[in-house]
Amino acid sequence: MASSRDDFVIAIRSAFLKKSYQQKFSLLTLIFLSFIIIILGSFNFKAIQYIKIGINEVVYRSSFIVSIPENYFKNLNIKIEEHMNLYNQFKKIEIELKNLKEKKLSNDFLVLENNKLRELINETVQSEDMYAKVLVDKDSPYLKSIILNKGSKNNVKIGMAIVDNSYLVGKIIEVNYTNSRALLLSDLNSKIPVLLEPLDIHAVVSGTGKNHGVIEYTKDEYDQKIEGKEIIVYTSGYGGLFKPGLPVGKMIAEDKIKKNVVNFFSDFRQLDYVKIVSYDIGSGN
Amino acid sequence: MSSLNKNTLIRSLLFYLPVFFLFLSVLNEIDFNYLEIKYFSFNFAYILIFYWTLKNPRYLSYGSIFLAGLINDVVVGIPIGASSFCYLLICAVTAYLRNITITPNFINDWISLAFTILLVNSIQVISLDFIFSIEVNYLRYIINSCFTFILYPIFLFLFNILEKIIKIQKND
Repeated sequence: MASSRDDFVIAIRSAFLKKSYQQKFSLLTLIFLSFIIIILGSFNFKAIQYIKIGINEVVYRSSFIVSIPENYFKNLNIKIEEHMNLYNQFKKIEIELKNLKEKKLSNDFLVLENNKLRELINETVQSEDMYAKVLVDKDSPYLKSIILNKGSKNNVKIGMAIVDNSYLVGKIIEVNYTNSRALLLSDLNSKIPVLLEPLDIHAVVSGTGKNHGVIEYTKDEYDQKIEGKEIIVYTSGYGGLFKPGLPVGKMIAEDKIKKNVVNFFSDFRQLDYVKIVSYDIGSGN
Repeated sequence: MSSLNKNTLIRSLLFYLPVFFLFLSVLNEIDFNYLEIKYFSFNFAYILIFYWTLKNPRYLSYGSIFLAGLINDVVVGIPIGASSFCYLLICAVTAYLRNITITPNFINDWISLAFTILLVNSIQVISLDFIFSIEVNYLRYIINSCFTFILYPIFLFLFNILEKIIKIQKND
C-alpha cells in the first residue's frame, strides 16, 4: 500500500518537475506562470494588460495573414452560391426595388419633417465615422466579436458603435494601438436598448450566442399585440451610446419557446468593411 | 552537398510540423472547435497536444504549448492564461501517464483522454462561468468533449503516419 503511494508520488513529481529531453521549462513552472497570469489578469494588473495589448498587435495581424487562404475558399463558395441563385435573386430584388421606390418618397418627406422638428427643440445629432476593415471574425462560443484594423491611433474609443451600411452591428469593447475588438449584437453578453416599431414599446435586445437575438425586459405585455404584425427593431438611444433609430433587426414570434426572436438585418458572418461611428447628441434648453 | 542541405532542411521542417499544426490551429479563423455546424465541434488542439506529448514530447515543447495557449486566448477572447493552463494540464496528465505506463496501450490512452478532456473542460467552464462571469453554453462543451473523444482514433492514425515519416527522415 505504502509502496503504491510512493510510486504515485514519484510519478507525479517526475511529471511536474523533471525537465525531459529538449524541454526548456518544467511543467510546474509553466502551469504556475499561467495561473499567475490568470489571477493578475482578473485583477486588471497593468503589466498583464500591456502584455495582452502587445500580443494582440502581433496575433491579430498574424491571424489575418494565416487565414487568407481559408477566407479565399470561403468567399469563393459564397460567390458560387450567389451565381447559382442569380435569376431568383433578380426577380425578388426587382419586386423589392419597386416597393422601396414607393416607400422612399414618403421616407424623404419624413426625414425632412424630422429635421424640422429637431430644429424646433434645438436637438442636434452629430456623428463622426470612419471605415474599418475586418481583420479577424473568429467565431468563438465565449465571444462573438470581430477585430478591426483601426485603434487608438485613429481615435477609436471604447463604446463606439459599429455599423454595416446603416444597420447596427455592435460596439467597440477593446482598443489597442492599431486595432480594436468589437462585440457583436449576437454575443451572449450584448444588451442594447431598443424600440419595437410600430408598437412603440421599449425593450432590450440580448444576444444569444447564435445568429439572432431575443427581446428581454419589456414593460408591457406585447405578446398579443405583435401577433400577425411585422415588427422592426430600432435602437432607442437610451444610455446615449447609440443614435436613436438605427435599424437592428426584424422580429419573429416563435410560439414554441415563448421568446421573441430578433433576426438581425446584417449578416455578421460576412462582414468585410464596417463603419465605426461616434454620436454626439446635443439637446436644447 | 546541396542534397545534404536539402535533407537537413526537410528534416528540420518535419521536426517542427506538430508545433506548426498547433500554431496554425490556434491562429486560424476556421477553427474545428467552433465550427458553424450545429451539434458538431471538436478540439483539435487538445488531440494534438495529448498525442504528441504522450507519444513523443520532443516534437512539442511545453514552452511552445504555453505560447500557443496565450495566442488562443487572445484570438478567441477569453481571459489571458486560461488556454495555456488547460493545455499544460493535458501535458501534466500525459507526463504522468508516460511515467506510470510500461507498455503503451491504445484503449488506456483513449480512456485517459476522456478523463483529461472532462477535467480540462470542467476547469475551463468553472473558471469562465464562476470566476470571470462569462456565459458559456454547457451543451456545446458536452458535444465538443464527446466528438474530441470519438475522433481521437482517426487523428491517432494520421499522427502515427506522420511520426513514422519524421522518424524515417531522421534516420536517413
